[in-house]
Amino acid sequence: MKDQTYLDRESNLTPGISKISAKNVNVYYDDVQALKDVSVEIEKNAVTSFIGPSGCGKSTFLRCLNRMNDTIDICKVTGQILLEGEDIYDPKIDPVQLRAKVGMVFQKPNPFPKSVYDNIAYGPKIHGLANTKSDLDEIVEKSLRRAAIWDEVKDRLSSPATGLSGGQQQRICIARAIATSPDILLMDEPCSALDPIATAQVEELIDELRENFCVVIVTHSMQQAARVSKKTAFFHLGSLVEFGDTEKIFTNPNDPRTESYITGRIG
Amino acid sequence: MALNGVFYSLMILAFLAFFVSRFLTLKTVKGDIRRLHSRPVYYGLNSLFLTVFPAVILLIVWSFAQSILIDEKVKQQIPENFITEDAPLNLIMSEVDRLSEGLKQLVDQGTLSATKVENEDSELFGIEDKLESAGVFLSSSISPEVLSASRSKFAMEAFGSSTRNWLAVLVSVLGFFWSLKNSTAEFRARNHVERITLFLLGTAATLAIFTSLGIVLSMIFEALRFFGMHPWTDFFFGSTWAPSFSAGSELSILPLLWGTLYISFVALLVSVPIGLYSAIYLSEYASKPIRAIAKPLLEILAGIPTIVYGLFALTTFGPLLRYFFGDGGFLGVEWMSDSRSVITAGVVMGMMLIPFVSSLSDDIINAVPQSLRDGSYGLGATQSETVRKVILPAALPGIIGAILLAASRAIGETMIVVLGAGAVAKFAGNPLEALTTITTRIVSQLTGDLEFDSPETLVAFALGLTLFTITLGLNVLALYIVRKYREQYE
Ligand SMILES: Nc1ncnc2c1ncn2[C@@H]1O[C@H](COP(=O)(O)OP(=O)(O)OP(=O)(O)O)[C@@H](O)[C@H]1O
Ligand SMILES: [Mg+2]
Repeated sequence: MKDQTYLDRESNLTPGISKISAKNVNVYYDDVQALKDVSVEIEKNAVTSFIGPSGCGKSTFLRCLNRMNDTIDICKVTGQILLEGEDIYDPKIDPVQLRAKVGMVFQKPNPFPKSVYDNIAYGPKIHGLANTKSDLDEIVEKSLRRAAIWDEVKDRLSSPATGLSGGQQQRICIARAIATSPDILLMDEPCSALDPIATAQVEELIDELRENFCVVIVTHSMQQAARVSKKTAFFHLGSLVEFGDTEKIFTNPNDPRTESYITGRIG
Repeated sequence: MALNGVFYSLMILAFLAFFVSRFLTLKTVKGDIRRLHSRPVYYGLNSLFLTVFPAVILLIVWSFAQSILIDEKVKQQIPENFITEDAPLNLIMSEVDRLSEGLKQLVDQGTLSATKVENEDSELFGIEDKLESAGVFLSSSISPEVLSASRSKFAMEAFGSSTRNWLAVLVSVLGFFWSLKNSTAEFRARNHVERITLFLLGTAATLAIFTSLGIVLSMIFEALRFFGMHPWTDFFFGSTWAPSFSAGSELSILPLLWGTLYISFVALLVSVPIGLYSAIYLSEYASKPIRAIAKPLLEILAGIPTIVYGLFALTTFGPLLRYFFGDGGFLGVEWMSDSRSVITAGVVMGMMLIPFVSSLSDDIINAVPQSLRDGSYGLGATQSETVRKVILPAALPGIIGAILLAASRAIGETMIVVLGAGAVAKFAGNPLEALTTITTRIVSQLTGDLEFDSPETLVAFALGLTLFTITLGLNVLALYIVRKYREQYE
């Protein structure tokens, strides 16, 4: 599990100041509690990964971080989530601005039924990130390149994105999210439909993003978590079982449940 | 045997068939259901179907055939020289129908004996008075020819119906016994029941298709008769609508089409923006409780009969407009001479269409997947940006389909324009003036006691057919667009 990139990163680590700090977060869907008392510190300029069996609340927690749960009527969030010291659930905070800052790639690819170009240009346009058409073209191309999809779509920028394959759509959604250059990028299983080559390219992107952004990734691949992240959080049945340095979690976990999940005995 | 006797007999036989065959089948396997091919209820149903359906089919087919045959027979009995210009055959026949119906009523009441009616030699004294006291009124005094034809019609009907009824019961009994031989464990009762059900459903569907086809065919047939009497060039390319029942009518559809399209356009101008905005509000912005109240309310609006809207146009909205724009009115202008006008009908029709547009668009907007909204919000878009840039473009084809459907309803709408639009057929541009539409003219050409043998009445069919073609075209286009749009997400 230990691999080279991971060790390199460990060595030149600056003591992390936390970007997001969540304290005692509880989430309810109607009467059903989906998250119990979750407290996590997410570091700046680092990758944090969330792992855990299906239905344990990883996506739910991720959606709390940019208030996407607001769009679900029955969802109720309690507790405190601070982004650079500010409570994001404070009534003063505008969720729209928050989401511009905290971008998200969803678990299911959801390209708009527009052209590939318009999909990527959507965010930059509404936030006024490009003044001229050529600026916009540049943003689109750069985003597509970084999401490792440029070569596949450069000749069909004007054809509908919904006509692409599942894996291509997934990368279009990644490109769409990074085109708005958010501070924090939340990625919900961004590689679930990708082949090993595309996966490696996306992981490269994540590594590159880490330098300037803060990345949170949900994954079902232990190897991926070990490869890309500095910190790992293990969720089980709505609780945060263990949170710590990735190396520690994968080599010497504190909790027996973590160990049995990682070794494939529960999940 | 009377018809209700047949009905009760069939009921009893069906009941027996179900339980007897179920019982017999169970007996062959000594109550061990697992040895049966199908569940016992299917054996019962199979017998029930065989007992009832052949008999019912016989009843229906016989009744149709009988009425046609008897009509033919009776027609032959009426002497040639009795038919005149003033009393053509169809008038005489309807007189005969009414009289034989009256005789039947008298016999049913017991005022008259059936043998007396059927027996050619017996006299029917004071039949007029008896009929009158039974509530049957005849237009003129009864001539001997009509009376004799009616009597023979009565006799034939009585004989035919009674034969039919006995035969139906017989067929039912035969079906019952025949079905009992299927009470064996190996018989595939379930498959048989399935097949009979399929046949019934197929018959229903075929009937539905044939009725529509029949309507269209009869329209085409009558329209062709019209084009035989009136030049089609005048109908399609003329410029004047001036029917006169003496001679020399000018019957062109164009001025009517102009009025129809103008009024429909005004109606869409009112209904599309309001309906669409209310749909957007309801599906994207309204809170749950508001939605729970507003949606059913809109649907109730859609259920108001159009005549009520017509009355509203005639008695409230038209006069209100006139109060503002009319002679000596509030604004001191003289733009409106009658409370009927394009605006009156168009706006009220628009009100009628608002719930239609709104509920169709609401369905279409709701069909846009939530994940697209999430995608947009996740990029930091506001609600209105999401609506404008993601939801509406995604829903656009469907919304266009909804608008086309609304247009087709507007074009075919009748009651509102009859009461609100007026009767002036011309190419006028002033929306405060009265105009007329295709549907209004159809109504006015066919009001009164008419014979369908002049171009002035038959033109209604040509108008109707054209209208039907237009709305059919719009509907097909709309459904095509809506379907194509649905495919995107399924
Ligand atoms: N919109 C919703 N309404 C009701 N319950 C929900 C909703 N979304 C999630 N849940 C429930 O919350 C719990 C956590 O779901 P969540 O999607 O966070 O799981 P997950 O860890 O992301 O699983 P997976 O790995 O399969 O994506 C589940 O039990 C799920 O049934
Ligand atoms: Mg998930």
